[in-house]
This record gives sequence, structure tokens and C-alpha cells, in this order.
Amino acid sequence: MLTLTNRKKVVSDKPMTFMEKIYLPAIVGGMVITFKHLMRRGNTVKYPEQLRPFAPVYRGMHVLKRDEQGRENCTACGLCAVACPAEAITMIAAERKKSEMHLYREEKYAAVYEINMLRCIFCGLCEEACPKEAIFLTDRIVPTEFARGEFIYGKDQLVEPLDNRIDITKRQNSGRRTK
Amino acid sequence: MELSFIIEKFLLVFIIFIISLGVAAYATYFERKVAAWFQDRIGPDRAGPFGLLQPIADGVKMFMKEDFIPKHADKWLFILGPGITMFVALIPSVVIPWGPPLELFGKTIALQVTDFDYGILFIFGVISVGVYGIMIGGWASNNKYSLFGAVRASSQMISYELAMGISAITIIMMTGSLSLNDIIAKQHGMNWNIFYQPVCFLVFFTCALAETNRAPFDLPECESELIGGYHTEYSSMKLGLYMFSEYVAMFISSALIAILFFGGFNFPGMDYFSGNTLAILGILVFFTKIFFFIFLFFWIRWTLPRFRFDQLMHLGWKALIPISIINMLITGFAIALYQGWF
Repeated sequence: MLTLTNRKKVVSDKPMTFMEKIYLPAIVGGMVITFKHLMRRGNTVKYPEQLRPFAPVYRGMHVLKRDEQGRENCTACGLCAVACPAEAITMIAAERKKSEMHLYREEKYAAVYEINMLRCIFCGLCEEACPKEAIFLTDRIVPTEFARGEFIYGKDQLVEPLDNRIDITKRQNSGRRTK
Repeated sequence: MELSFIIEKFLLVFIIFIISLGVAAYATYFERKVAAWFQDRIGPDRAGPFGLLQPIADGVKMFMKEDFIPKHADKWLFILGPGITMFVALIPSVVIPWGPPLELFGKTIALQVTDFDYGILFIFGVISVGVYGIMIGGWASNNKYSLFGAVRASSQMISYELAMGISAITIIMMTGSLSLNDIIAKQHGMNWNIFYQPVCFLVFFTCALAETNRAPFDLPECESELIGGYHTEYSSMKLGLYMFSEYVAMFISSALIAILFFGGFNFPGMDYFSGNTLAILGILVFFTKIFFFIFLFFWIRWTLPRFRFDQLMHLGWKALIPISIINMLITGFAIALYQGWF
């Protein structure tokens, strides 16, 4: 029969020879192998101090973008929630007041916008569905928590802060609206 | 009895106690480190620099856990089990000579708590009691896995004690004394027993692995078959005592192997030193040997898979005991020949 590798060994149950019965050669052989590994350094990445390089299009924690004037892009159309295969996104819409012109770009906005990070599968379909270029996935990692409730991220965690804009150009997107 | 004598012995006992426990605690840390290195990992490195505080963290964790006693367990025996195991693991250290005599405050202090004429017999007697700790713990848990583990432990320890005892007898025949001090004195310099009795050493070392329940003979507690073996039902510091006593036992048996076969605190060129210099060098040499054997225990554990129980019994009864008996007979004839009996 044709063999794919030359490492094939035929298994047999013939009685052990004397050298095999005293185990010692095999034990010493095994100990030499483990000792060689003792001298080798592993590939461990010490995570919190040391990060693996991320792919530029890594899909991590979401961000709700603001436009150049600092107004929230999201108009609470619900397309992301519909597109989401894991049903992780929920929102409650509200109408923009006259006094809130500087806060929200559109006439309608999301009063509540929640993503359950335990349900999210980070597929990026919300980003694709969004007509307003409001939601993007970033290269940030969702941190660990002790309670399940902590993983439901509200607007306080999702909307980018005014003084600390989140860079999403790595996903070949500016977040700037073309219209 | 003088007061100074009592203080001296009390201090010695205290220091040996602390050192045994300290070595055992750091053996747990180094076991994890060595295991990690063998598997191309890093090992514990979060608690303190290089993870050096890990044993303390583990100890605190053990104490904070719930101390649970199963409803149908025999309460007093359940509590007694780990205590016996720990006591028996610690007690052989009283007869072990840790180094040449030290001279302090114009007195010669023997680095040995008590020098029995029958030191090695004492150690073997005490080690045999160790099986009771495991047996009582396993039986009192009222759990079938614990009982399996306990039965395995007792049959394994009884089987391997025979071969271990016979190999020790071989060494005693060569020395002509049961005292550990005489055995060490006989191996002055580089005149170690290992060069005369390599087969005996192999048998003894294998039995020491089995006696301390270390891999490849860790059948009493094999996780994959018996959950935890005899300590399945144990939690908190009772479990901690069982685990800890394994490391203490490893430390003591390493010391015993070093004494019986590797000359204890003897080292080549020791005649050039005397007094306290010799004592300190001797202690260092002795501990180096002990640490080497502890490392060897780790090395074997993380290399070899576990024996099957029938293989274990075959090896014990059909291989090690005949080998050690034949070796003893040959040694006897050689001694008789050497002393001109024929």
C-alpha cells in the first residue's frame, strides 16, 4: 500500500524482548526527550503586558461613532438589530428635541442602545447593515467581568467619547459620511 | 538533662520542621515550574517576582476554602487521616543527620535530633505507618472512589516496601550497622554505595517513587480513573495536608536516598576542610543532593505515563523483589568472600 509518510509503524503484539521488559532504555529515552524540552523556550505571550499583533481588520468591541461636529451618527433605525444573527443588539428610539441639535445628527436617535457582549459573535454584520456609518467593530478587546450583567454594554460604553475619538481607519473606513 | 541540651534540641527540631515545610512548599512551586518547562510553558509567574509567592497564595487559598465533611463519613477518622499522613511524613526527619557536627558557643552540636542505633529501621517502621493515613482517610470518606484509592495505595505500599526493605538490608549488610551515621561514615569522601550497588539503587529508587505515590506509580490518586483517589472527598486544608505530605515525603525520601547511596553529606576532597567550614559545606552538599533527587522525581513524573495496576503488581512482585533478593545474596557472598569465610 502507498504510504503518505515514512513514519508509519506496523503495530504488533509480539512478546517484549528483555531490553524492553526492563523498561530502562525507554525510560532514559523519554527523559532525554523531556530534558530537551526543558532547554527550549515556549511561544507563550504574556497577555496583559504583551499583545499579539492584531490583523488590521480585527473585529473586536463595537464603537458608536460621532461625526466631525461630535454628533451621534446613529438614528436608531434598527437595521443592525435586525441584521444581528445572535440577537445581541436592542435599542429604544426617541425623537430629537430642538435643544439637542448639537447632540444627535438625525431627527431620531437611540435613547437606549445595548449590545450584549456575551451574545455577540463579532461577525460584523451590524457594521455592514448600518446605513449611517454609526456602528463599527474595533481592535479593542471586551474585558472580562465577574457578573453577567456587566457584559450588557449601554451607550456609556459604546459611544465614542468626544475627547478620545476611536480610530477605525484600519478597517478601511473613515466613519465620515459621504452625503 | 541540662537546660542547654533541651534548648539545643528544641531549636534543631524547630529549624528542621521549618526547613521541611519550606522545602515542601517550594517543591510545589518548582514542580509546577519544572512541569511547565518540560511542556514548553512558563509556569506560575504572577504572584510576586517569578511567581515566588505562589506557594503562599496556594496556602491562603487552601485555608479559605470550605472545610466540608460528608454526611455519611466517619467524622473522627476523616479528620485523623490527613493528620496521620502529615505526621508520618515529617517524623523520619528526626533521625536524618543533616550535616557534620557544628561547633557553636564552645559546644559540639550534632545536626541530628536523635541518633538511634537503629535509625534506618525507625525510618522504615514510620514510613509503613504512612499507609494508615491514606487507608483511614479513604475508608472514612465512605465513597467508592476513595476506597478504591485507599485499597490501591495500601496494596502498592505493602508490595513495594518488601523490595525497598531488601535493598536497604543490602546496604546495611555492607555497612554492618543500622545507624545512619555509620552508613554515612562508611561512605567517606567519594566512597559512595552507588558505585558498589547500582542495581540496588535502581530498585530502591523505584520503590521510593511508589512509596511516595509519585508518577508513574500514582495509582492511588489517579485523576483519570478515580477522580482524586483517597482524597476525593477532602477539601480545604485537609486536602492541603494530603498534598503537602506527599512533598514532605518526597523531601525525606530524597534525603534517605542521598544518605544510603550518595554518601549523605560526604563529598570528594572533604578531608581538606574541618570544623564549621566542613559542617556548612557538608550541609550544602547534602541539600544539593536532596534537591537533585527531588528534581529527578519531577523529571520522571513529567516524562512517564502511569502504570496499569496489574503492571504495577508484576513489576513489584515478579521483578523488583527477585532482583533485590538475588542482589542481596550476591552481596552476601561477596562479603563472605572478602572476609575470608571460604
